[in-house]
Amino acid sequence: MPRVLLIEDDRAVQEGVRLALRRQGHDVTVAGTGEEGLARLRTFRPDVVVLDLMLPGLSGLEVCRRIRTEDQVPIIMATARGDDTDIVVGLEAGADDYVVKPVQARVLEARIRAVLRRVGGAPNPDGGIPKIETHGENGELAIDRAGLTVARQGVPVPLAPSELRLLLTLSASPGQVFSRQQLLEAVWEHSYHGDSRLVDACVKRLRTKMGDPAGHPVYIQTVRGFGYRFQSGHQPHAQSQPQPQPQPHSQSR
Amino acid sequence: MKSPLRGLRGRLLVAFVLVAALATLTTGALTFREARTGVLQQSQDNVIKRLRDHVNSFAAEISYPPTQPDLEWVAAQVSRAEPTQNWRVLATYRDLRATSTPQDGFTELSPAMRSAVGSRRAAVFQRVTTKGRSSLVVGMPVTFGSPGDRPASGVAVFLTVPQTGEQGYVDALVTAIGRAVLPALGLAVLLALLAARGVLRPVRELRRATRSIAEGHLDTRLAVNGSDELADLSHTFNETAAALEESVAELRRMEARARRFVADVSHELRTPLAAMSAVTDVLDEDADRLDGDTATAVRLISSETVKLTRLVDDLMEISRFDAGAAGLQLDDLDLAECLRHTLAARAWLDTVDSAGLPAPGELRGRADPRRLDVVVANLVGNALRHGARPVQLRLYARESPGADRVAVIEVLDSGSGIPADVLPHVFDRFYKSDTARTRSEGSGLGLSIAAENVRLHGGTVRAANRDANREGNREKGGGAVFTVEIPLPHDADPNQEQQQEQEQQKKKEMEKEGEKA
Repeated sequence: MPRVLLIEDDRAVQEGVRLALRRQGHDVTVAGTGEEGLARLRTFRPDVVVLDLMLPGLSGLEVCRRIRTEDQVPIIMATARGDDTDIVVGLEAGADDYVVKPVQARVLEARIRAVLRRVGGAPNPDGGIPKIETHGENGELAIDRAGLTVARQGVPVPLAPSELRLLLTLSASPGQVFSRQQLLEAVWEHSYHGDSRLVDACVKRLRTKMGDPAGHPVYIQTVRGFGYRFQSGHQPHAQSQPQPQPQPHSQSR
Repeated sequence: MKSPLRGLRGRLLVAFVLVAALATLTTGALTFREARTGVLQQSQDNVIKRLRDHVNSFAAEISYPPTQPDLEWVAAQVSRAEPTQNWRVLATYRDLRATSTPQDGFTELSPAMRSAVGSRRAAVFQRVTTKGRSSLVVGMPVTFGSPGDRPASGVAVFLTVPQTGEQGYVDALVTAIGRAVLPALGLAVLLALLAARGVLRPVRELRRATRSIAEGHLDTRLAVNGSDELADLSHTFNETAAALEESVAELRRMEARARRFVADVSHELRTPLAAMSAVTDVLDEDADRLDGDTATAVRLISSETVKLTRLVDDLMEISRFDAGAAGLQLDDLDLAECLRHTLAARAWLDTVDSAGLPAPGELRGRADPRRLDVVVANLVGNALRHGARPVQLRLYARESPGADRVAVIEVLDSGSGIPADVLPHVFDRFYKSDTARTRSEGSGLGLSIAAENVRLHGGTVRAANRDANREGNREKGGGAVFTVEIPLPHDADPNQEQQQEQEQQKKKEMEKEGEKA
């Protein structure tokens, strides 16, 4: 039974969302303020947080940042205004996905399911056997595709589910260019016309956590007007290999 | 361009020059006439007076009737008395002639003058010009002594004086006047330019300010200098501009208030709607278990909540456009795939004819996928609701030389078309073409939102009716067609771009290698 922490100040919305999610089989706990939400995070240990950005007192944005300093639990933010800047700032603060209020229960539920699948369901062909890849100079970046951990110079890098899934997806085919829409489908399970800002914000966060300088990123490179690709870094052999050309991506579903 | 002479400056210049020329020439002509007359009159009076003096003194010394030597002596004496004046003298008595210079034909003397001297007993003079040289001819009869009765002696003395000195004076006068005209005209031009500048500067300022206002800079004001008519005009201009600025600001305030109100209302509606829409699924699921009336009521609440949610969503979207807060999130897209997914996401693949979409990979371009989806979904949804099926969705690129490539999206239905009086209003907010149908499934904002989204892409959208004859393939004809045109800027070839990036990357790597070595 997935455990959902709903941080939302309006009582009617609390009730409605709790009722709807509970019927979908979620274990829902409600917090009315940001402070209460942070406290519940430690006691309730939710699988996913649904966070209203418009909170009295401690703002939703600040709550998001504080959660991220100690926890990589998936966060879905609910923005009341749907303002573009709100969404971008929220995503950069570390939210994994967003919904715009008013949202129908089944849409929210689908987003929760998707984000939960991300936690455990990264592409993992070899089951539980550790499969560690190294990238970069002297193999400073280590990705364990089975154990779902990432370490840089031997130090584990805590990644939120979206970030991890994005990194695994990109690094599965080094050199291949993925369009934002492809990544939205692969990582967020969004419909084709999803919001590419999710991808951009996630890439930004991922680069920061991996110590990849934004001006001259080593690992996750921007292909302007096209998307992103993972570059294995400065391994001596990688250079001479011909780079695969971007493939026209057509997902006929 | 207007001709330079028709401008205010040109007209002022011409006027000043004309006035100056007229004034100088008139003054010159009058001065010339007076001066000339004065000079000639004086010299002629002087000559006559001196001739009379000489004739009086010499004619008294000859005997009467005079002989040829007498006449010669008189002529020579009179001529010699004024040695500097080049006097040529002729003395006559009946048929006798004697000249001061031998063999002098005295051609200047006209017969009329001779007879006049003979009959009038007074000095007669005439100005004669021969071969460009003017001279004064004076004739004087010699009369005898006693006043009152002065019988003529029959002797007449004629004198010819060349008037070169006087001619020189007059010529100098003409030259002087001519020389005065040129500086006067120059001065007139200068004054005209100065005056034009004085008048034109405020006029130019006024023109600049008017243009500035027209460009929307309503805070434009003029500096008011002096108290002439132009200063008055500037003052009036400032007052008008201030009034205009104030009323525009007031209008903007009112408009902003109205927009904010819509945004606020929509926002306030969101929270209760968020609670309601969270539970509509619950209502739908449980309605089956309720009895008839309650089930109907519950379903009604559920479906209307969904509609209300969409309406508020649309209102929020429109207020974002009104507030200028809508931004594009451009991404490189396969446009046909994007359109297919729009149909698929709404389960329209079977109801909408999408044969007119290019194959995957054929048409790529930069667009905002979410907004493109909204545009196509609203247009197709509108066609399905208000037009008859089949509804067709087409997409193609139109190349135009010298301009950006344009992606053309067409949504065609097979209904009866849009009435001509409705056509200009289809993109208006809440415009209902059929007054009987007071409410439809849509929010009434769908087409406006589609249009705003297209405009945000720098494109155009228009509605028209299909020409049944031209289409040819359909017997009942008509039907509406909505055409969206979105410019696709020529972007660098992504492959090429990637290659460039790779080259840069390689260069960087080589530099690093170099550093290591």
